[in-house]
Amino acid sequence: MCEIRWHGRGGQGAVSSAKILATAAYLAGFSGVTSAPSFGAERRGAPVTASTRLASEPIRVFSQVETPDVVVVLDDSLLKSANATAGMKPGAWLIINSRLDPGEIGLNGDFQIATADATGAAEEAGLIVQGAPMVNTPMLGAIARATGLVSLDEVRAALEEAFPAKHARRNFEAARLTYERTKC
Amino acid sequence: MITEKKQRQGAKTSPKSRAKDEKPQSGNGRVAIITGNEAAAHAARLCRVQVVAAYPITPQSAVVENLSKFVESGELKAEFVTVESEHSALAVCIAASTVGARVFTATSANGLAYMCEQIHWAAGARLPIVMCCVNRAMAAPWNVLNDQQDSMSQRDAGWIQIHCRNNQEIFDTVVQAFKIAERVHVPVMVCYDGFLLSHTVMPVCLPRQEDVDRFLPPYTPHTLLDPADPRNLNQVTLADPRVNSEGVLCHGYMELRYLHQEALVGAREAIVAVDREFDQCFGRRWGGMVWGYRDEDADVCLVAAGSLTMEASTAVDMLRAEGIAAGVVGVRAYRPFPVEELIAALKKARLAVVFDKSLSYGYEGPICADLKAALFQSEAAPAVFGCIAGLGGRDVKARQLADAVRNALKQYDNGQRTAPPAWIDCRI
Repeated sequence: MCEIRWHGRGGQGAVSSAKILATAAYLAGFSGVTSAPSFGAERRGAPVTASTRLASEPIRVFSQVETPDVVVVLDDSLLKSANATAGMKPGAWLIINSRLDPGEIGLNGDFQIATADATGAAEEAGLIVQGAPMVNTPMLGAIARATGLVSLDEVRAALEEAFPAKHARRNFEAARLTYERTKC
Repeated sequence: MITEKKQRQGAKTSPKSRAKDEKPQSGNGRVAIITGNEAAAHAARLCRVQVVAAYPITPQSAVVENLSKFVESGELKAEFVTVESEHSALAVCIAASTVGARVFTATSANGLAYMCEQIHWAAGARLPIVMCCVNRAMAAPWNVLNDQQDSMSQRDAGWIQIHCRNNQEIFDTVVQAFKIAERVHVPVMVCYDGFLLSHTVMPVCLPRQEDVDRFLPPYTPHTLLDPADPRNLNQVTLADPRVNSEGVLCHGYMELRYLHQEALVGAREAIVAVDREFDQCFGRRWGGMVWGYRDEDADVCLVAAGSLTMEASTAVDMLRAEGIAAGVVGVRAYRPFPVEELIAALKKARLAVVFDKSLSYGYEGPICADLKAALFQSEAAPAVFGCIAGLGGRDVKARQLADAVRNALKQYDNGQRTAPPAWIDCRI
């Protein structure tokens, strides 16, 4: 089983993209997939987490993810304040929305770092909601690139499940740009 | 929606599923990656419910929101009655069911408590209402997270109560529940864990409308309130049988209660039969009253209800790896209580460890207490140790369940046969 923990801020769409990743993974052949928000009250701007689990058999674990194989960080200010690296398995992926190179992040630990400028990709693809670039779905591209758990085709198909065609196209364009620019 | 064909062929193929009933199989349906709440709403839609009356409460709200969307879009031809409280929601359901409609509602925790008077009425009136109880902790103090205190507090109201372990079972059980309720004239509460299932997406097979129609024919009411044929239902019924205005000797209160009990006890047969009929139509079954995981040769059985049984099955794999012959016995139907099934399932075990997500204050966990009483009739009863877990959303890990089993085994080896409930991860 592969456990993915998402860190974002309320309103950034971590819960939605965690779900879309579950759909993409199901399409990729994982017959067991789950995705859940962190349970409890949510506030716009406050740190939130969400999780996605993928396995080759139906998932029998519904408790919170403790030891993630992949951590996705939508907002790099959360790296320290939300202790995003807590519990990471040795060799796990830390995938950060950042303009910096992995080596410039300034984090050392038994994990691999990938960075991608999802904010820039969202702006370029016109993925702007209420004046703010959406970085959640673009990061699906970075996950596909760094981990290979899902392919871009499956990300596209999952986005088509989640959004009307026009929005799906824009989300995918941002994800594709992010995929191409992922540094790992 | 995803068809099975769309899944990438050959990649990460699934190993043989351990339990037939755990894997969503699309059959003629389509697979959707959805929450438990969405699964419940789709089930009510495909059952062609005619009246929905519900009041939103976390974590149930999405059930109502989705149903209201289905009604608005025309996908569901039903009357959606907006009400000012849960008490009114169930009152509307009772009225609609009495005039012959198939009705559905859903609630959680304090909403369920607010319905309480009508919960008893629905059962006493023998109306086949189906209600989802999205299990949540009772206030005070305020808490929106999961435990099972809410539905447990209504266990003696005369409803059938069925617990679900994943979102596919939620969907399938709501569909089964209408058939059970309409067969035995008893309302059914479909219980599933708030957030853990209600807010977690997973693959769920949604069957075709025509297949659900074939499984669940339209509801034929047993007693219809109709202005063309006026009658007085559930009038004052005192202690003794009484002759009515037409000269017919009618049951007293106690006789009606006896028949209600007979219906509940007899519902066992309907629950098992409907699960079998469901399997014939859709290729999935859920065990009827109880189900097991690696329990055939189990020496130690973990007993629980709801999603906790899934963590328990993971704990069993851990214990088996250490050489402890553990298994899960899952309580699916809590009322009627599966007395005979539990006696049979635990016949070979020397120890049962029961995990309750609720408490009968001043005593112990309700499943544990009920199990002990059931085993009083058994000639081969195991020792029974109870645990309280996951109250108010406290996260429960499989390793904690495995630890609890190891502790119980130690007590057992020291000659103990039971103990006061052990509180898992209580930091006092």
